[in-house]
Amino acid sequence: MPEEINLETFNADPITEDVSDPAPQAAPGTAPQAAPEAAPQAQPKAAVETQQDLSAEIKAIGDTYAAALKNGKAPETQPRLDYAPYRSSILRHPTKSLHHADPETIELYSPAFGHQDVHALESDLTIQHNGEPQGERILVAGRVLDGDGRPVAGQLVEIWQANSSGRYIHKRDQHPAPLDPNFTGVGRCITGADGSYSFTTIKPGAYPWKNHLNAWRPAHIHFSLFGQEFTQRIVTQMYFPGDQLFPLDPIYQSIVDQDARDRLVASYDHDLTQPEWALGYKWDIVLTGSKRTWTENEAFGADGDE
Amino acid sequence: METSKNVSPTTKLTPTPGQTVGPFYGYALPYEKDRELLAPGSPGSIRLQGTVYDGAGHPIPDAILEIWQPDSEGNIVHRTGSLVRDGYTFTGFGRSSVGNSGVYTFTTVNPGPTRPGAAAFISVAVFARGLMNRLFTRVYLPENEEALAADPLLSSLDPERRHTLIARRDADGGLTWDIRLQGEGETVFLDFEGGPAFEGTAAGGAAE
Repeated sequence: MPEEINLETFNADPITEDVSDPAPQAAPGTAPQAAPEAAPQAQPKAAVETQQDLSAEIKAIGDTYAAALKNGKAPETQPRLDYAPYRSSILRHPTKSLHHADPETIELYSPAFGHQDVHALESDLTIQHNGEPQGERILVAGRVLDGDGRPVAGQLVEIWQANSSGRYIHKRDQHPAPLDPNFTGVGRCITGADGSYSFTTIKPGAYPWKNHLNAWRPAHIHFSLFGQEFTQRIVTQMYFPGDQLFPLDPIYQSIVDQDARDRLVASYDHDLTQPEWALGYKWDIVLTGSKRTWTENEAFGADGDE
Repeated sequence: METSKNVSPTTKLTPTPGQTVGPFYGYALPYEKDRELLAPGSPGSIRLQGTVYDGAGHPIPDAILEIWQPDSEGNIVHRTGSLVRDGYTFTGFGRSSVGNSGVYTFTTVNPGPTRPGAAAFISVAVFARGLMNRLFTRVYLPENEEALAADPLLSSLDPERRHTLIARRDADGGLTWDIRLQGEGETVFLDFEGGPAFEGTAAGGAAE
């Protein structure tokens, strides 16, 4: 798949905006109920927002959450949809509560993926071109489980990432770090019967963006996952242990609970590391619990077309 | 192994958090014929289209949608081949990133009701830069008033929000359905995990 990518086509969209939006305060049509949340971070448009400004906002939200926890509030496990330090979220989060629904019929099943869809070599991001990509070769492996601890077998995992310089191949990433002609940064695989997945890739670099002045994303790999039910669908990001940018990053910090944040950080695994070849990182992913009664075949992972 | 008894809905492992799809999915998630669940123009095919808007009423140029639906008879198919389409197999899954004007397009079939008399709908997942976590919703066919009125989800909604989940039938037989992430006419998005523990956090968690 990756070698068939036509860069002219997928990069054809003009650069309409970068990863920052103009401050959307007092936007026409904004629901009145959005105003209380949007107000604290409203800035004069001319002001350059610094990391210090952002860190203060991040800290204020974190402190409020810590106090609530202390008072017996249940820990949060997902990012907040309304997290103003990530400026692009301000006009893009629902202001009404998500409506509880019991999943029905189609929602209790997942699209089926198999080896017609994904070639085994697509899990190696270092062999998609004629030469070897620059950077630190790594293995990223783990298991996909559902909330009941069952392996998610025969399902699709997709990843994408920046190269070792922190540059995405997408045209809208124009920061002055080199592209690598031998690295696209896209991979896929189908999980094994035990829910296992494995990718060979290059450790991505930190990535500068325009949320505020001197904003840098911690090194990360985007992951897209399917479960056995469509309700388990998730897109997320995997991070590397010990990154000094964690406390500064509004996207990582949009998950206000430290234990929950930690679930996005891979662990270095020397048993996975291969001598004179690549360092190994292990990351298990847990989807939400199953809502449907499973047949015996499903419970034993006999899905897919292998 | 718990195969015969109904597993308790209590989740034993804590789910991994989601994160935004970001701005750069464009070279990774789209694929050839991703939005063509069947070939455009083939018998029974319809266009499902719409625009994704933000809270200021502006189209969002960097959202990506997925649909997952039964076939026209209401059968839930279990067929591989969504990523490499053979041109004949209906898999029920499609993916469409929006264009610069925020418009998505799918070629698909009208989903059939999965139970006799049930309201027919398509399950939808929404991803966007600036959207911290994917959102689930549904798009219903507009025709069967009786079934729509009896639908458990639709009948649990405020009457003035109910219409956000019902598509409009176009003159050419297609469906138009817009998504509003915020504000006036905000689309109803769904929480399947339920339970009071999720109230106010999954819902976007206003910083108290």
